[in-house]
Amino acid sequence: MNSILVSRWTKVFVFILCAMPAAQLLWRALHDDLGPNPIELITHFTGDFILIFLVLTLSITPARKILHQPELIRFRRMLGLFAFFYACLHFSTWIGLDKFFDLREMLHDVRKRPFITVGFTGFVLLIPLALTSTAGWIRRLGGKRWLALHRLIYASAVAGVIHYWWLVKSDIRKPVMYAALVSLLLVYRVATWLRRRRARSSPRPRVPVEAQA
Amino acid sequence: MLVKRAADIPYSEVTPKSLYLNRRKFLKQTTTAAAALASGGSLLTLLSARREALATTKLGNLAKSPFSTSEKATPYDDVTHYNNFYEFGTDKSDPAKNATNFRTSPWTVKVSGECAKPGDYSMDDLLKLAPLEERIYRHRCVEAWSIVVPWVGYSLSAVLQRAEPTPKAKFVAFESYFNSSQMPQARWAGISFPYVEGLRLDEAMHPLTLLCVGMYGETLPNQDGAPVRIVIPWKYGFKSIKSIVKIKLVKSQPPTTWNMASSVEYGFYSNVNPNVDHPRWSQAKERRLGEFLRRPTLMFNGYGDQVAHLYDGMDLKKYF
Repeated sequence: MNSILVSRWTKVFVFILCAMPAAQLLWRALHDDLGPNPIELITHFTGDFILIFLVLTLSITPARKILHQPELIRFRRMLGLFAFFYACLHFSTWIGLDKFFDLREMLHDVRKRPFITVGFTGFVLLIPLALTSTAGWIRRLGGKRWLALHRLIYASAVAGVIHYWWLVKSDIRKPVMYAALVSLLLVYRVATWLRRRRARSSPRPRVPVEAQA
Repeated sequence: MLVKRAADIPYSEVTPKSLYLNRRKFLKQTTTAAAALASGGSLLTLLSARREALATTKLGNLAKSPFSTSEKATPYDDVTHYNNFYEFGTDKSDPAKNATNFRTSPWTVKVSGECAKPGDYSMDDLLKLAPLEERIYRHRCVEAWSIVVPWVGYSLSAVLQRAEPTPKAKFVAFESYFNSSQMPQARWAGISFPYVEGLRLDEAMHPLTLLCVGMYGETLPNQDGAPVRIVIPWKYGFKSIKSIVKIKLVKSQPPTTWNMASSVEYGFYSNVNPNVDHPRWSQAKERRLGEFLRRPTLMFNGYGDQVAHLYDGMDLKKYF
């Protein structure tokens, strides 16, 4: 298992897998197969994959621990960057195709429509994370500060779920599903943090647990 | 193709399109065409139980209407594959998939309430009640998309007048068919069923308000509200209730489904109004299916000349 995880080819394979939804969308666009309301379909499709990739990114840390596969860390940055990639597609569909670069109308929407305000916030929060995702930036910021900064992904995921929940009319099944997944992943972090704090305050200190975002 | 047909042919005897297409295939495949023709009748009966639900049938002798717009009709395929019909699922593509086996025959529409002549109407009754017209209307969804549809039907007033409303009748309440075994996806919709809608009596009697039995020269496909629905072109689409089984004349304003689900978002009137936003999105513009840029939404969906007087003196921000 470990040899598979560390293989370069696995990384290439996962990359291709992550790019498949975008490729499918492109294929459907080129074949005029985006249904009666293509802009809405592209918006919903890319929106779904932002949340899927945010959930996958947040799953890496618990999966490493629970499955005893620390090498899974090799995929976390890629998954996070794919979440950002789909967020860029989602955002540019909104400004380019939906609003047709009408900046005034956009700003008006961001101010006036709470679901857009919160969705926009979730997107903006991902930008510094994407920019500082390189090894160089980890070094420049220092591990601790870098980790603290990258906890913004929690806020971004929560914003994404709220954005979705506030926009559906009455069938809340899918937003509920994302809300449950994100909650579970955040509860895991809270539980880990509590356990670590208790361990730290106990008389017999244990080996410090490797810091995890 | 245009099939000319006597106007008084019973609805139940009109051959569904899919059946006569099936028959052609059958004829092609059979070596003895004559034998096929002879046994065709019974074979079609056997097939019909399965195929009937998918079928739409040509409706002949449609009168043109001065209410029709000259705008280009939205492609049939879009109007049949982009539907809000929550009984059959909440995704736009769900109704086309899930309504195929919806049983629309036999069908009865019960007219009752504050009227001298209540009655039950079969589809045959309704199709004979008044001459069928083609009405090409703009249709604007509350979700800010729109379509242009050549509906078939006649003014609802024909049915209401026949019932002879009493002076007590001030509103009309409509109810859709609901059966959870035929509509299992409805449980996830998040709104209550059966779907109910309502109009003020003067709105219901307005000649634009259509009792609709077809579109694009054919009977209604299931996902578009077969076999009979209401179409009110100056109101948001959800007012145009589908697959109706009850029309009731009532004294006071009846409850309506989306208003019950969220009264701050969906008012009883729900007239198309670019100046009153939905709390979560703007109603100033709309996307016409098939067009890239959004176009401005018109007051009363462009039917102001005909209907604005119904709301004289009313604050449309309050009565949204």
